Amino acid sequence: MATIAEIKEKRAVEVKDFNFYYAGTVDPALKDINLPIPKKKVTALIGPSGCGKTTLLRSFNRIHDLYPGNRYEGEILVHGENILQKNIDLIDLRVNVGMIFQKPTPFPMSIFDNIAYGLRLKGIKNKTELKDRVEKALKDAALFEEVKDRLKADGSSLSGGQQQRLCIARAIAVEPEIMLFDEPTSALDPISTLAIEKLIIELKDKVSIIIVTHNMQQAARVSDYTAFMYLGELIEFGKTDDIFVNPKEKLTEEYITGKFG
Amino acid sequence: MKKIVDFFFENLTKLTALFSLILLVAIMAVLFNEALPAISAFGLSFISEDVWAPNREVFGGFSSIVGSLLSTFIAMFLATPIAIGIAIFLSEIAPARVKEPIGVSVELLAAIPSVIYGMWGLFYFAPIIRDIFGGNGIGMLTAGIVLAIMILPFIAAVTRDAMNTTPDMLKESAYALGATKWDVIKDVIIPFAKAGVIGSIILALGRAIGETMAVTFVMGNVHNISLDLTAAATNIPTTLANEFAEAESGLHYASLFYLALILFLMSFVTIFVSKIYFLRKVRKSK
Repeated sequence: MATIAEIKEKRAVEVKDFNFYYAGTVDPALKDINLPIPKKKVTALIGPSGCGKTTLLRSFNRIHDLYPGNRYEGEILVHGENILQKNIDLIDLRVNVGMIFQKPTPFPMSIFDNIAYGLRLKGIKNKTELKDRVEKALKDAALFEEVKDRLKADGSSLSGGQQQRLCIARAIAVEPEIMLFDEPTSALDPISTLAIEKLIIELKDKVSIIIVTHNMQQAARVSDYTAFMYLGELIEFGKTDDIFVNPKEKLTEEYITGKFG
Repeated sequence: MKKIVDFFFENLTKLTALFSLILLVAIMAVLFNEALPAISAFGLSFISEDVWAPNREVFGGFSSIVGSLLSTFIAMFLATPIAIGIAIFLSEIAPARVKEPIGVSVELLAAIPSVIYGMWGLFYFAPIIRDIFGGNGIGMLTAGIVLAIMILPFIAAVTRDAMNTTPDMLKESAYALGATKWDVIKDVIIPFAKAGVIGSIILALGRAIGETMAVTFVMGNVHNISLDLTAAATNIPTTLANEFAEAESGLHYASLFYLALILFLMSFVTIFVSKIYFLRKVRKSK
């Protein structure tokens, strides 16, 4: 557990002494997590199934709050403010922290309305503004050329890879500062996967990205920093190149070389 | 040997499946055949003619048909919004410890035999209607409300089941964009469950049209079309249940069968439409 102090980058998020308990459990699912998330970089969370990486990811937008009884301890700081406080406005938080899921989740509405959805929730009603921002989001998500002639078609009429880019466009339309990706390519074919990975790398100009992945090659391809987690604890965090080439912890090395996982 | 077993089994199942089709056609044929004297006597004007006078041998189904449509309309109008409210509460709002007991009690309400709703309606509910709205408590309004209470748990249970099929990940996606619970219900869950909800409403409609026992108790069986909903009235099932025993003439008997045939077709059409909705939903989700 080294190197955190060595990260000189500006931080988008700072996790401090963080514990998480699922409803009705006594043992924490996450123990004493201390982790800085560098600003406008891609940070990958890796580790075997059940290590808590998705649980950690879902804490950043407090989506755990949808299920009563889940409990947080410690601090997750965004702009120096602890987002785990009771009086935090979850809607503001979630507009600022976008999320992409394991499977594409187009809403039962048109392609246009899917992207406009978050904007309308924000209160944007002006038609030209909506149109411009939808178009921009689609361009940023590298989807515009493919769908520009059928914006009124149902979101679910797109292919799986297009649907996932639609979800990314939907999330970036509201201009979040942080984006969470929960194994975003696990349901996609290799070509679509590459398109999403390319997009993630492009997006980091504007947003700070945290990605959970099972696929170590993916972590190596897209991320600048990597956190290796095991059994609810953060084992090692550092620059992706260092973690993959020269891990400090034996457990990290064993996982990366495929001795378990 | 195996081939013979397969052949035998395949054709046996084919036969049982065919049997239900034969039954359907046979019932329709019997209704049509028995109604034939009335059909040839009154033709299609039976539907629009409102005189029902067994002593004069003149029969028109209008009052019963309108009664059926009206009682069904009242029932659907009252039951649908409340049932959808219950479904939303049970699927999205109620905490887990409330969800289970209320959900089960709604299902139990749907399982109560309709004769019990009829008895309750006649002895307990009709006097309340009489005290509030006037009249003698027996009539279209009471029948419509009893019907509404009867189909309400049915719509609620099926609608809740349809809403529960919304994937968690889809709901979470909306919350993750900053949606409130109400936004998620209105923009994600209801559109997602729409086909199931409409299907359940039409199935309930089919049930309300054909419901006999509960309505016969509180309808009054008077062949009368009135804008006064507290007045005694009738609908097709009520007419049928009340008059077969005393139908003396052949034409009275045939006219009742004519009404039965019309009821059969009305139910058939509603179920058919709801099935198309359900089928469309299944095809879409593939």
